[in-house]
Amino acid sequence: MTELAIETNGLTKIYGDTRAVDGVDLAIPRGGVHGFLGPNGAGKTTTIRMLATLIRPDAGSARVLGFDTEREADEVRSRVSLTGQFASVDEDLPGRDNLRLLAKLYGYSSAAAAARADELLEAFGLTGAAGRQVKKYSGGMRRRIDIAASIVVTPELLFLDEPTTGLDPRSRNEVWDVVRAMVDFGTTVLLTTQYLDEADQLADRISVIDHGKVIAEGTSTELKASVGSGTVHVRVMHRDDRPTAKDILARELATEIEEANDPQLLVANVTDTGRVTRALTSLEDSGIALAQFSLGQPTLDEVFLALTGKPVESDEEVAA
Amino acid sequence: MTTQTATESAFEETAPRASAISHALASSPRPPRPTALSTSLTFGQRALLKIRHVPEQLFDVTLFPVMMTLLFTWLFGGAIAGSTNAYIQFLAPGVLVQSVLMITMYTGVTLRTDIDKGVFDRFRSLPIWRPSALVGMLLGDAVRFTIASVITAIVCLGLGWRPAGGFTGVVVGVLLLLVFAFSLGWIWTFLSMILRTPNAIMGAAMFVLMPLTFGSNIFVDPSTMPGWLQAWVNVNPVSHLVNSVRGLMNDVSVGSEVLWTLGWSAALVVVFGSLTMWKYRDPR
Repeated sequence: MTELAIETNGLTKIYGDTRAVDGVDLAIPRGGVHGFLGPNGAGKTTTIRMLATLIRPDAGSARVLGFDTEREADEVRSRVSLTGQFASVDEDLPGRDNLRLLAKLYGYSSAAAAARADELLEAFGLTGAAGRQVKKYSGGMRRRIDIAASIVVTPELLFLDEPTTGLDPRSRNEVWDVVRAMVDFGTTVLLTTQYLDEADQLADRISVIDHGKVIAEGTSTELKASVGSGTVHVRVMHRDDRPTAKDILARELATEIEEANDPQLLVANVTDTGRVTRALTSLEDSGIALAQFSLGQPTLDEVFLALTGKPVESDEEVAA
Repeated sequence: MTTQTATESAFEETAPRASAISHALASSPRPPRPTALSTSLTFGQRALLKIRHVPEQLFDVTLFPVMMTLLFTWLFGGAIAGSTNAYIQFLAPGVLVQSVLMITMYTGVTLRTDIDKGVFDRFRSLPIWRPSALVGMLLGDAVRFTIASVITAIVCLGLGWRPAGGFTGVVVGVLLLLVFAFSLGWIWTFLSMILRTPNAIMGAAMFVLMPLTFGSNIFVDPSTMPGWLQAWVNVNPVSHLVNSVRGLMNDVSVGSEVLWTLGWSAALVVVFGSLTMWKYRDPR
């Protein structure tokens, strides 16, 4: 009946005085990638642990693929899979042993488990490293064995945890290709990430979560539009010019101008894009040399900053 | 399937292939749900694989029993029994029990490490009989305990121990010891669900093990102890175990002591097994 992959109602988890997850309502359709975005300690992991039946909610309820996570936990478990810090492979064992053991736990015979392990190792380009302990793998190989382990039996829903954190750009693209292959096959992917361009690249829809609550939801285009119709980036050639440039821009754009961390950069959200040309002319008239002047959609980083009041990378340790 | 160093680096450069991954996704038939026995044995197999890949973890089961046996025999032998040879006849079954029970606590430490690393979350996310990961782990540990028993027995034999029960008596005694060690293991699994660090588990385990092993009839006959200590020694489950093991190995009738031991084992599994599984749903 239900076409929803995930449906929650007031999902809540409390640790001590902290409402780690504070009444989360989600309705995530089947298919595609759904991004789950938020700073560390926002409640992403706790929410997913509840959805995957690893911990029990203190209030509210969740249905995953139509099954109640508490009353029909086994039905949920046989259809979902987890990666990364949610559910690690055993670092002391070689990749091959990890996959074989998991295949046997899913009910494969020893021979079938060995064949399945080899098939996955081959597909993920890990055949050469099959006999080596996972702790000796590189970051990219580690991510691949993680994903391989989570598709020993093809899941209907995959919780993919920060799949490219700390990877070099090439490995990152490889992991993205893997995710796209899974989506093409029909698996629903719930992706948690701190990287906005990752969410931009992969996710069809995004939920932004902060302080245990969903604070925004939509496609990345919708989220960007919700913040403002356009963002002006002005980069002065000499940083000493920035205060003057700021004054001119504030006058011409009639809006608040933000000084970015970059000492040469000024950022402003504009609603009336007609003023932008005039601002450019004024800057030129006052002889300020510009390195960059652009009008475009805000980046997801700026969206995130506007929604939460803090940048997404902020590594504040919030006790879970 | 052999990995050669020369080809290995070439293989590492292999990128994952989307087509092969799609094929792997499509080619996975969902096998029938495995039985509780099969998944428990698979987890036991995992424990053995870990011994193969991290042989250092056999340190505790090999060196610790040797050290304990030698130390206690030479330390107390002359004072308690007049000679080490006389004392080892009394001590050997007891020191076997002591060696094995002391190393059971590593079960809790290992489990806590698995939980911290997230390995356990993967097991908990599988659609299998819930206790199988823990049962399998304890079964795998039984292999470690067997190794410890064999080594301790060999050292004792070398020190002049001549058990009247012969090979059979010793083997039956060790089997009973393994049953009790498996049952005691559930205390450590429970502790690892509620305590957050391996150190805390070690500390708590020592607090339990010290009175259980030293406050027993392992080292001396309780008749010289003060009344309150005798009372504890008499109710201590380890004393029942030691009486049983000693009787079996010395070919002396053990009466109800074996029943007491099995009764205690069952009680430990029921109480701490249930507590463990209750916490297993939502560990911290």
